[in-house]
Amino acid sequence: MLRFTNEHEWIRVETDGAATVGITSYAQEQLGDVVYVELPALGKEVTKGGDAAVVESVKAASEVYAPVDGKVVAVNDKLSGEPSLVNSSPMGDGWFFRLQLSDKSQLDALMDEAAYKKFCEGQH
Amino acid sequence: MRYLPLTDADRRAMLQAIGVPSIDSLYRDVPEKARLKAPVDLPSHMGEIEVERAFQAFASANIGASAVPSFLGAGAYRHHIPATVDHLVQRGEFLTSYTPYQPEVSQGTLQALFEFQTQVALITGMEVANASMYDGATACAEAVMMANRITGRKKAILSGGLHPHYRAVCATHGRWSGFSLDAAEPDPEGDEDLAARVDGETSCVVVQSPSFFGHLRDHAALAQACHAKGALLVVVVTEIVSLGAVKSPGEMGADIVAAEGQSIGVPLGFGGPYLGLFATRERFVRQMPGRLCGETVDVDGRRGWVLTLSTREQHIRREKATSNICTNSGLCALAFTIHLSLLGEAGFTRLAALNHAKAVQLAERLGKVKGVSVVNDTFFNEFTLRLPKPAAQIVDTLAGRRILAGVPVSRFYPDKSPLANLLLVAATEMNTDADIGALAKALEEVL
Repeated sequence: MLRFTNEHEWIRVETDGAATVGITSYAQEQLGDVVYVELPALGKEVTKGGDAAVVESVKAASEVYAPVDGKVVAVNDKLSGEPSLVNSSPMGDGWFFRLQLSDKSQLDALMDEAAYKKFCEGQH
Repeated sequence: MRYLPLTDADRRAMLQAIGVPSIDSLYRDVPEKARLKAPVDLPSHMGEIEVERAFQAFASANIGASAVPSFLGAGAYRHHIPATVDHLVQRGEFLTSYTPYQPEVSQGTLQALFEFQTQVALITGMEVANASMYDGATACAEAVMMANRITGRKKAILSGGLHPHYRAVCATHGRWSGFSLDAAEPDPEGDEDLAARVDGETSCVVVQSPSFFGHLRDHAALAQACHAKGALLVVVVTEIVSLGAVKSPGEMGADIVAAEGQSIGVPLGFGGPYLGLFATRERFVRQMPGRLCGETVDVDGRRGWVLTLSTREQHIRREKATSNICTNSGLCALAFTIHLSLLGEAGFTRLAALNHAKAVQLAERLGKVKGVSVVNDTFFNEFTLRLPKPAAQIVDTLAGRRILAGVPVSRFYPDKSPLANLLLVAATEMNTDADIGALAKALEEVL
């Protein structure tokens, strides 16, 4: 299941039940070349809408918010050496962290792909 | 000719517009006891010549540190500043330029700051340095907050050899930023051991080298003890000339160095403006406060300089910035860089050796005065004396003889009577043999 937030994060529930979080292609395009990513500590409890990571580009630095409540069970260490993965593969190798979800029903409030696409069109 | 732009009617109209009865009511946040009860008693008018004369009379009541034998130190040091420094910093291109946001019109300032950072990193033995902070004390507080960010912890241990003013600035920041301090008792003998105090809650240990009381210690073992518990070591230096003679904080394993750069190129100037130096390890650079200049190339591949990693700063990160410092002490940093460039590595080392030699000469002479003992077994250019009487009285008495004998420790610790007889004395390249003789003779007469 893939869902989107209006802060341009994506969250995908994997087969093991954990959810992967990253920023969308739209977000990376707006940021420009990503030069640094600050990831949360393993085991950190995050809350929906709270600060979880920082993404820094040549133009700006932005917070990445937790789409739902959960505990950080993995972070993408590759980003420290190769932050440009966020640009080249935002939905793939450029993922940020994985969450163990506290409450799966929170996903229902987020947008599906079609709704997010429409949301982005409204941003222009 | 009227010099005051507002009439009483103007004032009344403005007060009415904002809905307060009087100007005084705007100051109600200032504690009552700090407010004036009546206007300052000033004559209603005076001619320019009379004003000059009156202020010259006030000024002559001061004893200027450059006019008499002076042994004052305790965080601010009288050193020679070559005339070249004053001349170059007053060139319009440097004197009037502000914080260089626009690299295309600021290459001179940016290059100077880049050279400054390189010098600071080299003398502190660290990997990166920023473009300067306000002064040593605020740099120290920023170092503690940086350690808190890196470790995710909120308790700093402060050495009893840390300058009390630096400790006070840390306490002010801690009070409003929500971190705690474990401040050790004053350490005049230089024998404290902080390693045992470091625990899993400690973000950093802050030590000063040479200490407030003048002691030189190798903090390498303390650095290891900190790292074993996941804490950082912050080394504070208030007399930067010492780094021409002693092992650098970087060689001791410091993670952050916060220093006062006044000794190189900046006059005593009644206590400011001074120059905060800040250096750290490269892996911590994104948690470092302040401006940072970096080297780059332009579209044609030519070398140039820009402000770099600005995304850590307040004008971009707003309340999430690493620090509220969004500027630097540009002109003082430039003076530092010009002076240190004039000295060169060999000159800096010789200046340090000369300072130490003067202090040794002073210690040997004063140690012979009856009732006086030198507390330190090590020192750079400043040490602690134990007198047979309260030091503050002796300092006052000698000021009456136009000798600035040093700084009594009781000035910083008025409530600690065991410290009352301690006197900090500093000697630099400015002190002559005659100065040293005059202080020793005067002490012999008054003790």
